[in-house]
Amino acid sequence: MDALTPEIWTSIRLTIELAAVTTIILLIIGTPIAWWLARSPAWWKEAVATVVALPLVLPPTVLGFYLLIALGPGGLGGVIAPLWGARTLAFTFEGLVVGSVVYSMPFVVQPIRNAFEAMGDRPLEVAATLRASPMRAFWTVAVPLARPGLLTGAVLGFAHTVGEFGIVLMIGGSIPGRTKVLSVAIYDYVETSQWREASILAAGMVVFAFIVILAMTLTEKRVARAGE
Amino acid sequence: MNERHIIRVAFRGRLGRFDLDAAFALPATGVTALFGPSGCGKTTVLRCMAGLQHLDEGFCAIDDDIWQDRSSFRPTCRRPIGYVFQEASLFPHLSVKRNLLYGAPRDWRTPGSSGIGFDEITELLGLATLLDRAPRNLSGGERQRVAIGRALLSQPKLLLMDEPLAALDRQTKDEILPFLERLHDTLSLPIIYVSHDMTELERLADHLVLMQDGRILATGPLSELQSDPSLPLAVTRDAAVSLDSVVETYDTEYGLTTFKIDGARFVVPAGPEPVGERRRVRIAASDVSLARDPPRESTILNILPVRILSATRVNAQEMLAVLSLKADGSGPRLLARVTRRSWEQLGLAKEAAVYAQIKSVALAPATKP
Repeated sequence: MDALTPEIWTSIRLTIELAAVTTIILLIIGTPIAWWLARSPAWWKEAVATVVALPLVLPPTVLGFYLLIALGPGGLGGVIAPLWGARTLAFTFEGLVVGSVVYSMPFVVQPIRNAFEAMGDRPLEVAATLRASPMRAFWTVAVPLARPGLLTGAVLGFAHTVGEFGIVLMIGGSIPGRTKVLSVAIYDYVETSQWREASILAAGMVVFAFIVILAMTLTEKRVARAGE
Repeated sequence: MNERHIIRVAFRGRLGRFDLDAAFALPATGVTALFGPSGCGKTTVLRCMAGLQHLDEGFCAIDDDIWQDRSSFRPTCRRPIGYVFQEASLFPHLSVKRNLLYGAPRDWRTPGSSGIGFDEITELLGLATLLDRAPRNLSGGERQRVAIGRALLSQPKLLLMDEPLAALDRQTKDEILPFLERLHDTLSLPIIYVSHDMTELERLADHLVLMQDGRILATGPLSELQSDPSLPLAVTRDAAVSLDSVVETYDTEYGLTTFKIDGARFVVPAGPEPVGERRRVRIAASDVSLARDPPRESTILNILPVRILSATRVNAQEMLAVLSLKADGSGPRLLARVTRRSWEQLGLAKEAAVYAQIKSVALAPATKP
C-alpha cells in the first residue's frame, strides 16, 4: 500500500464520498420520479422520461457546459451559493454532486421504473382492499417488491458516478480534496508522465468495474430464482 | 348483521366494448352471486363496489353509509370490504402468517376483541400448518385459501369475491368449495360472489343478480330465479333448483337420508348426515318426470304430489313445467323438463295436480361427477 501516496488516498476518499452522496440523493429523488413514470396516466410523461434519459446520449462536455453556466455566479449557483457565503457552485464538491445527480439519473431511474412497472397494479390493489393507505402500500408492498430494481439502480448510480470524467472536468476542475476524483487524477498523472501512479489507479478501476458488474449479475440471478 | 341491512348499488358508464348500466339493491346477508356470461360486466361491478374502478356515475351504499355518489368517492382503503381476486395475489415477500395479518387491525392479539379471530380463521380454512411458509411454496388451492383468510382478517363488513375458483382446476375447486360453505354457515358476513359457473352458485348462493351485456336481467332469491321460465337459467339444458332442507332421519340399514323441505320429504342415498343439520339439495329439471297417477310399483324413491304452476315450450321437442310442492301453489318450486309428446298425450296443463317422479336428488356438497 506504500505505492499509494496520500494524494491518491485523498482522491479515492473523495470519489467514494461523491458517489455515495450522489447515490443517496438519486434514490431519494429518483424513486418518486420512477414511481410517477411507471404509474401516471399523463400523456406527457414520456417527454419527462426522455429528459431524464438525455445524459445517456449527450456528450458529457455538452452537459458539463450547461451545468457550468447554471452553477456559476450568473446562474442558479449564484443564487444558492451565497446562502453559505460562497460565490458559485462551480468548482466545488456540491457542484460535482449536482452534476453527478443529473448525469447518473437515468441509470437509477430506469431500473426502478422497470421494477415498478413489472409488479403491475394488482399488489397495490390488494393492499388497498386490506385498508393500506397509499403511503403504507408504497412502503410495505411496492418498495419490497421493487427491491431488485432499487438495488440495481443504486449500484449502477454509484458505479457510474465513480466512472464519470467529462462532466467533472468541465464543472469541477482538478482541485485536490475538493474536486479531484479518481478519473481526473488518472488524467493528471498521464499528463505529467507519472505512469506508475496512473497504471495503479487504472488497474484498480478495472477491478472495481469487474466486481460491480459480476456482483450485480449474480444478485439478479439469485433474485430471479427466489421469485419463481 | 342480524337486522335487515340493505346494499344499494348503481353504476353507469362506458367500459371499452359495452355500456354498463347496473343498479340493484340486496339484503346484506348470506351469499349474493353476480352471475352472467364472461365479459358481461360482473367483475367491473365488483371492482366499482370496491372503489378499484371509478365511474363518474356511480352510487354505492350500505344502509345510510354512502361509499360513493355523484359528489363523493371513498377510496378503496377506507371502504370496510374484503376482496378476493381470481388469482390469490399473495404478497410474495411475506410469509403466510404475515400475509394473513397484513390487513388485520393492530390489536388483533388483544383477547376479547370482537370480530373474526386469527385462530378461528386458520382453523376454518385449514391454514394452521402453513403459517411459516412462503407463498411460492404453496399449491394453488392453499394460496387461494390464504387469500380468503387474509381478506376476512381485515374485519370486513362485506366480502367481495371475484371468481375465486375460476383459476383453479376441478379437483382444487372441490377442495375449496367446502371451505366456502363453512364460511357461509359460520360467519354472518354478507358475501358478493362473482361467477359464471352455475354449479358453484347452486352450492353457495342465496341471492342472485343475473347480468347480461352490462345490464341487470333480474335479482332475487336463487331458487326463485332458477325456477322463473322467463329467465335464461330455467330453460338451459342443465337447469336445476337448489333447495335448503333439514336432515330428518337416517336409515342405517339402506343408507338413506331423509330431508325435509317445507313439508315435503326427499329420500337420498347419501349420508349419514347429522339429524337437524341444514343441507342444500339440487334437483335437475331433466331428472323430474310427471305422471297423472301415482305409480304403484317403482324403483324411484321420491314421488311427490305437485301442482303445475306454469308450462313453457322450450323447443320443438320439450316442455318445461314449474311445479309447486304444495297443493295451494305456495312453497318451494321444482322444474320438470319433459317431452312435448308426453305432455300432450297425458293432457297436462297449468293448474293440473300431478305426481312428480324424481329420479335423483343430489346433495349439493357432494363432489359433482
